[in-house]
Amino acid sequence: MSGTTFPVLSIVTFLPLLGGIVLLFIRREQAGLIRMVSLLVTGVTLLITLALPLSFDFGSAEMQFVERASWIPAIGVSYIMGMDGISLWLVCLTALISPIAVLCSWEAITEQVKEYHVFLLLIHTGMMGVFLALDFFLFYVFWEVVLVPMYFLIGIWGAPARRLYAAIKFFLYTLFGSVVMLLGILAVYFYAGAQTGTYTFDVLELMKVSYPWSPSLFSFQNLVWLAFFLSFAIKVPMFPFHTWLPDAHTEAPTAGSVILAAVLLKMGTYGFVRFSLPMFPEATLYFVPFMVTLSVIAIIYGAMVCLVQRDMKRLVAFSSVSHMGFIMLGMFALNMQGLQGSILQMVNHGLSTGALFLIVGLIYDRIHSRMIADMGGLSSVMPIYATLFAITMFSSIGLPGLNGFIGEFLILLGAFKVSWICTVTHERNKELLDLNLREAMTLIPLVIMFFWIGLYPAPFLKAMEPSVQKVVARLDQARKVVEAPTPIPVVSNWDQGHREEQP
Amino acid sequence: MMGTYNPADVLHALPEVFLSVVAIVVLILSFAAPKQRGWIETVSIIGVVGTGILLVRAAVPLFEPGAAAVSVFSGSYLVDKFAIFFKVVFLLATLLVILMSIDYLPLVGAPIGEFYAILLFSTVGMMFIASGGNLLTLYIGLETMSISLYILCGFLKQEKKSNEAALKYLLMGAFSSGVILYGISLLYGLTGALGFKEIAATIATMDLGNPALLVAMVMLTAGFGFKIAAVPFHMYVPDVYEGAPTTVTAFLAVASEAAGVAALLRVFLGAMPHIQVDWTIMFWILSVLTMTIGNVVAMAQQNIKRMLAYSSIAHIGYILIGFVAGAKLGISAVLFYVLVYAFMTAGAFAMVILLRTETVKGDLIEDFAGLGQAKPIAAAAMLVFLLSLTGIPPTAGFVGKFYIFGAAIKAGYVWLALIAVINTAISLFYYMRVAMVMYMREPPKALVVSPSRPLHVAVAFAVLGTLIIGIYPGPFLEFAQASILGLLQ
Repeated sequence: MSGTTFPVLSIVTFLPLLGGIVLLFIRREQAGLIRMVSLLVTGVTLLITLALPLSFDFGSAEMQFVERASWIPAIGVSYIMGMDGISLWLVCLTALISPIAVLCSWEAITEQVKEYHVFLLLIHTGMMGVFLALDFFLFYVFWEVVLVPMYFLIGIWGAPARRLYAAIKFFLYTLFGSVVMLLGILAVYFYAGAQTGTYTFDVLELMKVSYPWSPSLFSFQNLVWLAFFLSFAIKVPMFPFHTWLPDAHTEAPTAGSVILAAVLLKMGTYGFVRFSLPMFPEATLYFVPFMVTLSVIAIIYGAMVCLVQRDMKRLVAFSSVSHMGFIMLGMFALNMQGLQGSILQMVNHGLSTGALFLIVGLIYDRIHSRMIADMGGLSSVMPIYATLFAITMFSSIGLPGLNGFIGEFLILLGAFKVSWICTVTHERNKELLDLNLREAMTLIPLVIMFFWIGLYPAPFLKAMEPSVQKVVARLDQARKVVEAPTPIPVVSNWDQGHREEQP
Repeated sequence: MMGTYNPADVLHALPEVFLSVVAIVVLILSFAAPKQRGWIETVSIIGVVGTGILLVRAAVPLFEPGAAAVSVFSGSYLVDKFAIFFKVVFLLATLLVILMSIDYLPLVGAPIGEFYAILLFSTVGMMFIASGGNLLTLYIGLETMSISLYILCGFLKQEKKSNEAALKYLLMGAFSSGVILYGISLLYGLTGALGFKEIAATIATMDLGNPALLVAMVMLTAGFGFKIAAVPFHMYVPDVYEGAPTTVTAFLAVASEAAGVAALLRVFLGAMPHIQVDWTIMFWILSVLTMTIGNVVAMAQQNIKRMLAYSSIAHIGYILIGFVAGAKLGISAVLFYVLVYAFMTAGAFAMVILLRTETVKGDLIEDFAGLGQAKPIAAAAMLVFLLSLTGIPPTAGFVGKFYIFGAAIKAGYVWLALIAVINTAISLFYYMRVAMVMYMREPPKALVVSPSRPLHVAVAFAVLGTLIIGIYPGPFLEFAQASILGLLQ
């Protein structure tokens, strides 16, 4: 699939950045024009991105639309972008969320509009890049590029009371995790380089190498796995690294919360599926009990904390912790259903939690309160709003016929060992002017997606199947090593499939 | 001393000779034509650029395949890629500092003429350090640089703090020079040689546990520790950096630190590679102390010059990681980081100078309040420097740290890398505090910044350097990698 093709992935990644640069040259007084340009850029990006699933080869497990270019040959860094069934839907989700983020900031953001939209577009580029980069250096650059604009989004346009605290907390947590991952990346780079003789950050090349593993916590693979884990777990966020999330969500402006919930958290789960699982399969299996425990704690703890929240945003934030626990649980079932459900649920959670934050934002614009107690009797005043709210909430809860159901059903099916979790709780109540067209437009695409994934999930599952199959095959292979009575030291190249047989 | 004197050798030192002549011309101009403002600055800039051209001319043959380093004046003066690399950094720093000084000096009421002459003399001293082939050349370079710097620190004669800075720096500097000299004399006594190569050759035949040898090593470590401001030899740094005129502070933080690193590499790698095991342990400890204390104390600072002082201490800590890791990767990481550090630190100080106006002193973090709204371009520039200092892509600081951490991991210093990672998180806190003040606070009614064109050029230059190295670091990495080949045996 490699070779020089039309660089569509680079276009969808860098078009927003280009738009951001264009914005810099527009006078700050022309707020309306700035919003239009921003909407146009994200809209065009969405249209181009939507062409991707249409030309995507559903039967292939390989990377598609691959682009390669030399970047820093001195240390083996190249510019590699590619997409497979795992990243496909996440990229589409990102592209869908961005114009919505622009739309929902239309009237809410009135100060420093220019900077706001530049940051929004920068985040867009960063998020796309994270899901598409296939070179560790490039991936890391995108991974960090997201942090800075998000920090400013929370810090400048957040709720005045605690925004500075929330912003720096978000930044510190994620940066710390990222830099530890950087050490992990470097360790992998040097180990693989010494093994193969060519030093490269090419993810696909690095995946061909087997990293030494033994049942000890301090074996190379386990340590590197932990380095990656720290970064991804903070991002997800998994219990006990979740404390930045309620603060960041609560203080961020609506668009910030939407992006955080819909896409940023997925960067963590995506990281696990893309890197930790196939690259360090033995370590992944080794840490299954640990991960399952943390996930289950997150599910129950998140749901219980939800019960006592009076602030709507905090409630949705904690429900995210719980949902993300589900996603992680499904992933670490490490079988087809679990993984597929987990990836589908990433998209679902992005759609429904994104929508929930929009809904909270809409009401906040009207009554300037996020307290649930202040929302009594909204449904009689705002029927459209109430309907959309109800659908979204049911989607989030996981009602059959909506998207959340399919994902969670698959996860529960996959997580055969831990079938006793089903508590995700939400409350309701409201009041005021109903939605105008623009506001409704932010929600309707998401609601359509709820029903689509809920009623006809086949194309979504089908696209990811070969890629997930590949990961599962890799894990199954590793299972032999891990479960062998005397662990066989990992040596050979998994891609060629022949492992030294030992008695 | 063996070898013979060859008059043609002088040609190899042409860049230094030329810059010295320019410095003298500038000095003459300052009393011959005191009224013509602009001449002195112009001549200084031409001098630095001209020296750069001569340097490139000297460097070209070195980069031909199979070319060997040139050693002249009986091995006391070396023309190798290592020297070229550091001289490029020194000249860059000097150029930036001159650009920053042009409108700053009249504003703060400092005498102009001698300033540039002394600055250039100091640069000549640094260039000799980089080219030093034996301990004496190196020491003379070090003193030429240091004595000039003492004077520059006290250039604001009317200000108490400037005087205090000069005196403190002089006392500490003289003391550390004494310590270095003691180390040199011990080494000379033990080996009977001054040239790095000869010393190394003699040490190879000695008992490596010789206490006198270890004392010499410790003395040199302490002495150079003072020069590069490694903890615990850093006590003078915050006061000196705060009191000195800001352009001099920038020069201290960038050029003089770089010169200290150059001296360190020449002496320890050139003369004492055989006891690397011993000094690696020492520098491991120094590195941890330096970055940790630098970063932790920086968090508490209200004065941005002091904050940047501690930040530069912390960065020396990172640089020492590369030194500890050693080998090709570690040492080239040191060189690369020095280059990166020069751009971002010079840029950050240039921003402090930008805020210095008739009414505002501009050296408090508070003075940056609302810059994001009032002067978005200036604030964006500062943001680039802050992100680079923290080590966030796509800036040069990220690539620098990436490379340094890589060297540490490769050499097996995982703990050191982990400590550096924690330090990075700490540093984020205080760098972002400045960003926070810039973007999340209302500007005072009339926020003005310096209208100085040359200063704007300096800032733009530093921003470009920081971003270009961050986005396309390849050629710079290759330059750093090539520059250390002659240094490592």
